[in-house]
Amino acid sequence: MKFTVDWLKNHLDTKFNNNQIIDKLTNIGLEVESFESSTSELDKFIVAKIINAKTHPNADRLKLCDVDIGSDKTIEVVCGAPNAKNGLLTVYAPPGSIIPKNQMKLSVSKIRGVTSYGMLCSESELLLSNESDGIIELKNNKYANKIGEKYFKNTSEKVIDLSITPNRPDCLGVRGIARDLSAAGAGKLKINKKSNLKYNGNQNINVTIKKEKAQGCTIFGSCLIKGVTNKESPKWLKDKILSLGQKPISAIVDITNYVMFDLNRPLHAYDSDKIDNEIIVRSSSKGESFEALDNKKYILENDMCVISDRSGVLGLGGIIGGTRSGTEYSTKNILLESAYFLPRSIRKTSKQLNIDTDAKFRFERGIDPLSIEEGLIKASELIKQICGGEISNLDVKKIENYKKTIINFDPFLFEKTTGFNVENKELIKILEKLGFNVSKNKKILKLVIPSWRPDITQPIDIVEEIVRIKGYEYINTSEPIKTRLKPTLNYYQKLFHFLQRSVASKGYLETVTWSFTDSKINQLFRENDEEIPIINPISSDLNVLRNSIFPNLIFYLKKNLDRGFKDISLFEIGPAFKGKNPGDQLTVIGAVRAGKVSRLSWNDKERIVDTFDVKKDVIQSLCEAGINKDDIIIDDRTPSYYHPGKSGGVYQNKNEKNAIAYFGEIHPNIIKKLDIKTEGLVIFEICLDYIRASKQKIKDSKSEYKFSDFQKSERDFAFIINKNFKSQELVNIIKSVDNKLIKSVRVFDVFEGENIPEGKKSIAVNVTIQSEEKTLNENDLDNINKLIISSVESKSGAKIRS
Amino acid sequence: MSDIKKIKDDYIDKLNTENNIEKVNNIKSELFGKNGIISNEFKKLGSISVEERKKLASDLNNIKDELQNKISTKIQEIETKEINLKLEKEKIDVTLPERNIETGKIHPVSQVIDEISSIFSEIGFSVEEGPDVENEYNNFTALNTPDNHPARDMHDTFYLDNNKELLLRTHTSPVQVRTMLKGKPPFKIIAPGRTYRSDSDQTHAPMFHQVEGLHIDKNINMGHLKGCLNYFIKEFFEVDKIKMRFRPSHFPFTEPSAEVDIGYEIKNGKIVIGEGNKWLEILGCGMVHPNVLKNVNVNPSKYQGYAFGIGIDRLGMLKYGINDLRAFFETDYRWLSHFGFDPLDVPSNYRGLSR
Repeated sequence: MKFTVDWLKNHLDTKFNNNQIIDKLTNIGLEVESFESSTSELDKFIVAKIINAKTHPNADRLKLCDVDIGSDKTIEVVCGAPNAKNGLLTVYAPPGSIIPKNQMKLSVSKIRGVTSYGMLCSESELLLSNESDGIIELKNNKYANKIGEKYFKNTSEKVIDLSITPNRPDCLGVRGIARDLSAAGAGKLKINKKSNLKYNGNQNINVTIKKEKAQGCTIFGSCLIKGVTNKESPKWLKDKILSLGQKPISAIVDITNYVMFDLNRPLHAYDSDKIDNEIIVRSSSKGESFEALDNKKYILENDMCVISDRSGVLGLGGIIGGTRSGTEYSTKNILLESAYFLPRSIRKTSKQLNIDTDAKFRFERGIDPLSIEEGLIKASELIKQICGGEISNLDVKKIENYKKTIINFDPFLFEKTTGFNVENKELIKILEKLGFNVSKNKKILKLVIPSWRPDITQPIDIVEEIVRIKGYEYINTSEPIKTRLKPTLNYYQKLFHFLQRSVASKGYLETVTWSFTDSKINQLFRENDEEIPIINPISSDLNVLRNSIFPNLIFYLKKNLDRGFKDISLFEIGPAFKGKNPGDQLTVIGAVRAGKVSRLSWNDKERIVDTFDVKKDVIQSLCEAGINKDDIIIDDRTPSYYHPGKSGGVYQNKNEKNAIAYFGEIHPNIIKKLDIKTEGLVIFEICLDYIRASKQKIKDSKSEYKFSDFQKSERDFAFIINKNFKSQELVNIIKSVDNKLIKSVRVFDVFEGENIPEGKKSIAVNVTIQSEEKTLNENDLDNINKLIISSVESKSGAKIRS
Repeated sequence: MSDIKKIKDDYIDKLNTENNIEKVNNIKSELFGKNGIISNEFKKLGSISVEERKKLASDLNNIKDELQNKISTKIQEIETKEINLKLEKEKIDVTLPERNIETGKIHPVSQVIDEISSIFSEIGFSVEEGPDVENEYNNFTALNTPDNHPARDMHDTFYLDNNKELLLRTHTSPVQVRTMLKGKPPFKIIAPGRTYRSDSDQTHAPMFHQVEGLHIDKNINMGHLKGCLNYFIKEFFEVDKIKMRFRPSHFPFTEPSAEVDIGYEIKNGKIVIGEGNKWLEILGCGMVHPNVLKNVNVNPSKYQGYAFGIGIDRLGMLKYGINDLRAFFETDYRWLSHFGFDPLDVPSNYRGLSR
């Protein structure tokens, strides 16, 4: 909402200066977006000095001027003026400016083979005089210090731009703003002058509001103005329209716009000679069409509120008029409309047709239903004053009467809500100045709500009115109450926190990527989940919710590889979507690692990242987050985007459906499809929701501290075993030989090839044996060794290597 | 006697010039071995008179001590020399690079969320979450923003179905609804998370982060709201004083509503929070609207309280001097390394919010 201070002062007697007004507006909830002069085309013309004028190489009568325009470098301008000479102060017009005389827009151009950046102007070109013989010669004493400054002073008044919240339609007019300011002590609201308008004759175009279920109009007021001379608006009116940032059109249109911004009362003027017999306000039928004043043809749906005549639709009520009945300079007789349209109907229609107008913006928020006549009178007066004509009696048709809203307000609610007290007297004064009618019934205030405040429906709204006018600075700053109702984080939130930082500590950079992604990449990681398209995506490559955490990670990994980074570790923790309903999402950590370990190291051998790098990262992170390493099982069931032979899943239970984590190489097909160029690429993911919550806190789960001081022995074994036999199984078989005595089993060598039969491998393990009761003698150890060998051989089909 | 003195002098001379440990050991056995010179001299003692024996024994003992001392200091001397020589040879260039350090980083958004959670934890708030996909009711209708409400235009919403029933939440406020529906008052929560709006330019991203706050109890008023936010902003920006302005505004789900500005100034091209005469809008808040409380089965005549919503990314940008919002989500390795935080930098009250 834009207006000037002068305009405001038409409605407000105030001693406040501009800055005080600006502050007050912000303090009562009318946020000032800006307070600036409206920009003018003339701002571009600046004072300049010719530093050097020499003859054009290809044209004797043209000059090539180096011009100082107050910036770092001079610019070159080709000029035909005979008086262009070194040291001359003149007016420069840059490319893009419009020359007032001929309305030509300048551009950078070549004149006889030399590029000219803009031009130097004559008085006639700037419409200052008829002098066109040479460029302007500015006086040295006045302009020598002004090189680079605007030549024309911007005399336009500063414009206040308010951002009006959707609950305040009343402040979409200057008078409403003045009223709020007056309530806040910034001055006195001027009383509207009584109109002494003389009416002549009846409004004899019949108006009918059809009683239909979907009728969007409840009141239609109108009057005829006959014998007008439409013309250009006078300067004061043009200035007002310009200050709104709009273009003046004609006196009649400008007046209706002016009244809309002045009183927040949208009006519409018809050329009454173009109306076919009568006005019918009705609901549209599907397929009806009309050409609107924005020069677009609209095809209507059912139940849109239209103003029509016998020939068809004239306009969309409260939204936009039609060209068929529009006013022109030649218009002689007009029908002026001032109506009330229901916000819901306006909103629905404008959404369906995608139209946004100032009138629509206002009706959608709620116009004062009691302002019908005020608007007609004010506009008629101005039309008569500017365009002449005879005004008919006002005709107001209604299908519904306005009902007053009454609220019984207990002032205690104010203190209860805001924490401070305002005397009843002051409170009543504020409300009265805002236009409330206040009467007292013991402690309760009976309030009649002003008709221009559709936003006020219940007592809490009254609290807001009082506190915003009184000032938010009166609200106390209470010390925060530290009472705690429950722990800050629950188990899964803590897990999130631990895992996030644990993974980062393994050398991964955390990133945050969009929750949506490119369906083409998503497809590669979707598995059996349903695709979740976004109906109105921001772009076609962000058109689905991500089913997996990886599509974006891989996409950005590739981007970084393309930037020239070779060794990259990235991770993200966030949602992966499994369905389109609320809650069909999992919290997942996804991590990618590309390139080499120990690249260009002077002392370590470099190697490509592999599955066991990410296996370590994932297992260590899980352990750090509180999962016991002995409680997890590794399996080779993994999603299809992993390399089927080089990936694993981490399970908390043998028969569990969902792994808590996966790790391994990415499937080579995906690398190929996405054209990822890297030496190695391994990934892992952890699904937080599948981790079983620990029921015990650490304080309850610490077991008794036990240790053995008896001597421990280590024995190495090497077994020849089927190639596909899992080492994890072998370790479990050995451990189960004697859980008490066998303290640890470590695989320290795996070997295939020479001396090992086809389809077999050799696994060497180191077993630590220790008793908690005694030092084991050779005999004891021999027995265990034999047991280990026989168990492994019988349970796995392995053979001990001799 | 003169013989053994001469022997002694000779050997002392020899030892003085000797630098080989083996040779010193040879000398040692020459002198004190089974048939060593000194050992033999001692053997002779038995065959001489008592008078002479006493004298000779004493002399011999002195000589033996002197030689033995000489030998052991010599051995020590040589050993020290050898060790020093060995150490000298073993010297390495310690300025050569260490083995590769793998530095991970925490994203600024995560760090700021942890900072915020830490601050609110201090004053008794717990953390709640809600889904990113919401239904129309929780995101709008329950929050007193019915379908025909113009306030809906302020949110450019991503939809997942043509009926506009399912959407990506445009703010974290639906967590208020979920929290209150599943529990009983009092409520005291914050809810950080991802939010989505379908606009995208230099200052807007289609996805961003908000933290919602909600405190509902029997007597919570606007003074508490002001106090809570004043505390939060001071703690977050780690300043003693903050210039803060509450100004009336409108949100359908709060009444009265406010926007909060903080004072700032530009010093040497950098933004300084808490001083100066410029205002920067950082959050919206207000008293939870009675209609919202009714929608979640909380009796507004018994319970009341405040809610607020803060843009997390914006706060992070201000605190850590990050200019471009879009860069948060572009996964540029250089940017992540530059603005990321060490994983051990866990924001906490006792160790300080940030280093």
